[in-house]
Amino acid sequence: MKIPAELLYTKSHEWVRRESAEVLVGITEHAQQELRDVVFAELPAVGRVVAQGEAVAVVESVKAAFDIYAPVSGRITRANVALTKTPQLINQDCYGAGWMFAINPSVTDEFAALLSPSDYGKQLETQAH
Amino acid sequence: MDYAPNTEAQLEDMLRVIGVDSFEELIEAVPEAIRQPALDLPDGEAEAAVISHFEALAARNRPLSATTSFLGAGAYHHLIPTVVDALASRGEWLTPYTPYQAEASQGTLQVIYEFQTMICELMQMEVSNASMYDGASAAAEAVVLAMRATGRNRVLVSETVHPHVRQVIATYLSGAQAVLQDIPSVNGVTDLEALGKAMREDVAGVVLQQPNVFGALEPMAQASALTHRFGGLFIASVYPVSLGLLQPPGAYGADIAVAEGRCLGSPIAYGGPGLGLFTTTNALLRRVPGRLAGCTVDQDGKRGFTLTLQTREQHIRREKATSNICTNEGWLALRAAIYLSLLGPEGMKDLAAQNFDKAHYAAAQLSGIPWVKPTFDQPFFNEFALTFDSSVSLEAVQRRLSAAGVTAGYPLAGWYPSLPQSSLWCVTETLSREAIDRAVSALRSLA
Repeated sequence: MKIPAELLYTKSHEWVRRESAEVLVGITEHAQQELRDVVFAELPAVGRVVAQGEAVAVVESVKAAFDIYAPVSGRITRANVALTKTPQLINQDCYGAGWMFAINPSVTDEFAALLSPSDYGKQLETQAH
Repeated sequence: MDYAPNTEAQLEDMLRVIGVDSFEELIEAVPEAIRQPALDLPDGEAEAAVISHFEALAARNRPLSATTSFLGAGAYHHLIPTVVDALASRGEWLTPYTPYQAEASQGTLQVIYEFQTMICELMQMEVSNASMYDGASAAAEAVVLAMRATGRNRVLVSETVHPHVRQVIATYLSGAQAVLQDIPSVNGVTDLEALGKAMREDVAGVVLQQPNVFGALEPMAQASALTHRFGGLFIASVYPVSLGLLQPPGAYGADIAVAEGRCLGSPIAYGGPGLGLFTTTNALLRRVPGRLAGCTVDQDGKRGFTLTLQTREQHIRREKATSNICTNEGWLALRAAIYLSLLGPEGMKDLAAQNFDKAHYAAAQLSGIPWVKPTFDQPFFNEFALTFDSSVSLEAVQRRLSAAGVTAGYPLAGWYPSLPQSSLWCVTETLSREAIDRAVSALRSLA
């Protein structure tokens, strides 16, 4: 299971990549494998103000639909419009081209609540047992 | 509904299979107080006496076929070609319910798919669901969809939308954080100026009805453009029969178009059942409530049908589902599909033209009576409001016409207290010119 070392994670299987003014958000390899073939992604509107833990996007496979939560509070600055035409990018490249949206964080200390790669890896192991 | 009751032996057989000794034991879990309600019934009578008693009761009904009826007001009397009953009563359609073992019900799925296709053509919309309970609940679902799609919570509904539809919308929104606002009317149609003043960036949707509750034609295109200017969704509640003549909702940019579809091949039987039509655009496809049948190919490349996009529905998406409806009005949708395929686009045009012509003839004749005048000065389809001089009571009108075998129009005062002397008159293809003339002369002789 790929869990890139430079990212932070949530218990609900989102990954977070900190960049200069914004953070990129997507779903982890574990999440996309569980979902199977993604057929649709509903993305948040750019400019929307979201709170940490708020459901902001939806990923749908043929058999199920899952909410994607904002890992930190802030304003949505970008959404990955490529997913509206090619939602399969989430399966093909979940940590790269399959990113979902970007947030300009409004509360810096919320990052402390996110999981490190090793903590996220432990969570997956615990879940497996 | 004739039937033969189970014999004692059959009852005993069934109880033995279930594994209980008596019927009383079977229903033991039901609280005693409601187990055997006392029914106030007379002692047994001879079969012939019972039949004649019920025949006497039935004879007190006044079937539509025995009267010249000008009643409409949301429930419209249309001819049902015999072939609709002949085909719809075939054993293959014995189960009218939405298919749960979906892929094993290819025939039902094909009917739903063809129904959806025809409804899309009629409405000129991109997506139709498999149908809903009735036109009113379809309108309420449209409002809920608009709120969810826009993330806004204010909904504007014209006061010329049928009051029952408005009540159902209010009921659906009663548990939600929603603000429902009525838009007033002027001269029988929505007041566009008032609508313009009420429009803001927080309006999720605007609901107008075409033709409206008074039968008058609304400025749908202007209202639609106005709604879109503020980023709201425009919801049109329409009368399917009128679409043979009037612009379809797709032509004026409706985001959601709903309708009461009972007029397409089903009777107005004692208030029910209804057939909700629900259509929208591809952009809102994933927010459509209810069932959707899709067409596909199987592994051998043969055409097949399936229930599709079920991730929207509550058995998969639980509390995040688009709606709590997981069913459709299967048998009435079947009747509508038979009716529409029988009439075809040309037949629908003829039907609409007949309704329009006869209603306009009747309106001209009735308005020719000195103490009767049109309530509004508006174009209309097959229904219109008339106002009677204050010297004439609407009860007297009703009594006089009833004696002549005519059912008068629907008094509007209960819905619109500002119209105490007005009633709503509907004329469909079912009325002949002779019947209209007879009704007009009966009314003329009143004063």
